[in-house]
Amino acid sequence: MEEKQQRATAYWKINLRYLLILLSIWFAVSYGAGILLADWLNSFRLGGFQLGFWFAQQGSIYVFVILIFVYVFLMNRLDRKFGYRE
Amino acid sequence: MSVQVWTYLLVGLSFALYIGIAIWSRAGSTKEFYVAGGGVSPLANGMATAADWMSAASFLSMAGIIAFAGYDGSVYLMGWTGGYVLLALLLAPYLRKFGKFTVPDFIGERYYSRTARIVAVLCAILVSFTYVAGQMRGVGVVFSRFLEVDIDTGVVIGMVIVLFYAVLGGMKGITYTQVAQYCVLIFAFMVPAIFISLQMTGNPVPQLGMGSTLADGSGTYLLDKLDGLSRDLGFAEFTSGSKSMIDVFAITLALMVGTAGLPHVIVRFFTVKRVRDARKSAGLALLFIAILYTTAPAVAVFAKTNLIETVSERPYADLPAWFKNWERTGLLTYDDKNNDGLVQYVADPARNEVRVDNDIMVLANPEIANLPPWVIALVAAGGLAAALSTAAGLLLVISASISHDLIKSVFRPDITEKQELWAARVAATAAVIVAGYFGINPPGFVAAVVALAFGLAAASFFPAILMGIFYKRMNSKGAVSGMVVGISLMLFYMLKFKFGLFDGGKDAVAGLQKYWWFGISPEGFGTVAMAVNFAVALLVNRFTAPPPESVQQLVEDIRLPAGAPPASQH
Repeated sequence: MEEKQQRATAYWKINLRYLLILLSIWFAVSYGAGILLADWLNSFRLGGFQLGFWFAQQGSIYVFVILIFVYVFLMNRLDRKFGYRE
Repeated sequence: MSVQVWTYLLVGLSFALYIGIAIWSRAGSTKEFYVAGGGVSPLANGMATAADWMSAASFLSMAGIIAFAGYDGSVYLMGWTGGYVLLALLLAPYLRKFGKFTVPDFIGERYYSRTARIVAVLCAILVSFTYVAGQMRGVGVVFSRFLEVDIDTGVVIGMVIVLFYAVLGGMKGITYTQVAQYCVLIFAFMVPAIFISLQMTGNPVPQLGMGSTLADGSGTYLLDKLDGLSRDLGFAEFTSGSKSMIDVFAITLALMVGTAGLPHVIVRFFTVKRVRDARKSAGLALLFIAILYTTAPAVAVFAKTNLIETVSERPYADLPAWFKNWERTGLLTYDDKNNDGLVQYVADPARNEVRVDNDIMVLANPEIANLPPWVIALVAAGGLAAALSTAAGLLLVISASISHDLIKSVFRPDITEKQELWAARVAATAAVIVAGYFGINPPGFVAAVVALAFGLAAASFFPAILMGIFYKRMNSKGAVSGMVVGISLMLFYMLKFKFGLFDGGKDAVAGLQKYWWFGISPEGFGTVAMAVNFAVALLVNRFTAPPPESVQQLVEDIRLPAGAPPASQH
């Protein structure tokens, strides 16, 4: 029982660390690049796009999709490592 | 063949398909009715979630709003996609592990209280009804323009279709019709976008075409050209906004958190088999949604540029037929103020002669770009798919709230499964009729309230669910007071600043803008109300007893993915 509890706690801690990292990126691309820093980033260009505008209307959405799939990959690996895979 | 014939053909075929699927996948048990038996594959659930999520607002209105709001429209793009990251990482896997039927189920059990459950039911019904009335209206608009029936008849036809497959099929029927509806709507959205992108920039990928140079060989970037045209006519540049930064921030956050808290979206993750399927289908859902959401700003740019070039300073008599067709619906108006026979489309309201409704940009876009009739008909079928799929998902939440969360869990726990299934069907029928009524007699506030449904969801569900998973010590008094204070504050702010209820009605609204708290609009206030919900919950929680051991055990249990009970275990 003791060992089982420890395993669960360790699993949860790693999960929280993943969440913290992934959500920081989530915040950085949307609220950071797309809103707070958008004016400054607009002085750079990506083809026909001003960069801040691109993050707000395109880039942040691409990153969101990638973030979820990275999370799926990390968690599946973690489940296997801790023996929680169904 | 004419547009009209093509429209009857494509809309008729797609409706036949939905009804066929509904008959094939009708629900025989409450499990099937509420969560499709819990055996939906992640891919199917991803598509169904995408269709469920993308409403008439996403399909018809969003590109139009962006076309007129430019950068400010980003709040919808980021807000309505970023919420899926929260959903996938913070809510979906744990709610799936919990493994019951509805969101109030979770709130009621996690907070071991009937009051919590009833508060959650009321929030779910309020959020879903405000949202569904807008969908029925969207159905009416599409019918009235393309099938030339009046809007009311359009709403009734839409009601009959939804009634048929939601009542018969429940979640099971809805899931598989939504898969079909996703395919129809994404095809309908992409085909004209690709055509127009090719026409204007020579690049078949709209997301890239938007940032490319024009196909006319001038070497000018499309966005620079649109900025220039907008400047010349006195409009704000497309790529820069006019909302304050704090408001953009608050609206985006309210929409994201609201998305993650919408019961009709959350409940979709109860339909898959395992916890890891819930994670994966959230990713797939966002991928499917992102296809439309990254295309929408491109469509906005194409449509706005085309619109300006087609109408600005042209003689009214020479305008193409689509202009006059849309004038008949009243969604596009022309008023020759200076009697020069030319069309002035400018920012200055005293000189501007054209008023274009946001909602027609996507529908009119293929006509403006001279695309073949079948493409125009396809867009009509896509708009209907988007509106019907969302309406069905919402109606199911309403019916489950009534039959499962109120009748079965609170008032009459002794009814049999068969009776509960009947109650669910009756509730769904009643909900369709009420929604249809609001579609036919839209109280002036429907459109305004749809955007606010997110604020309501953000202010009520999100904090309660999040703390239910991540904060074991959170007790029922804390969570309930948080939800009640959060949603009341949101309702108050909405009534005060959106409807002017306390200051003399609708006409007072514009003058109240300078009194907005922290400069945040009612659309963005969900962010503040959510923060208040958290604060109240934590404060009350501090001074009241911790939840019982069994509930803390439940929280421990939902944090681990292995051994998720099938959704049917109840």
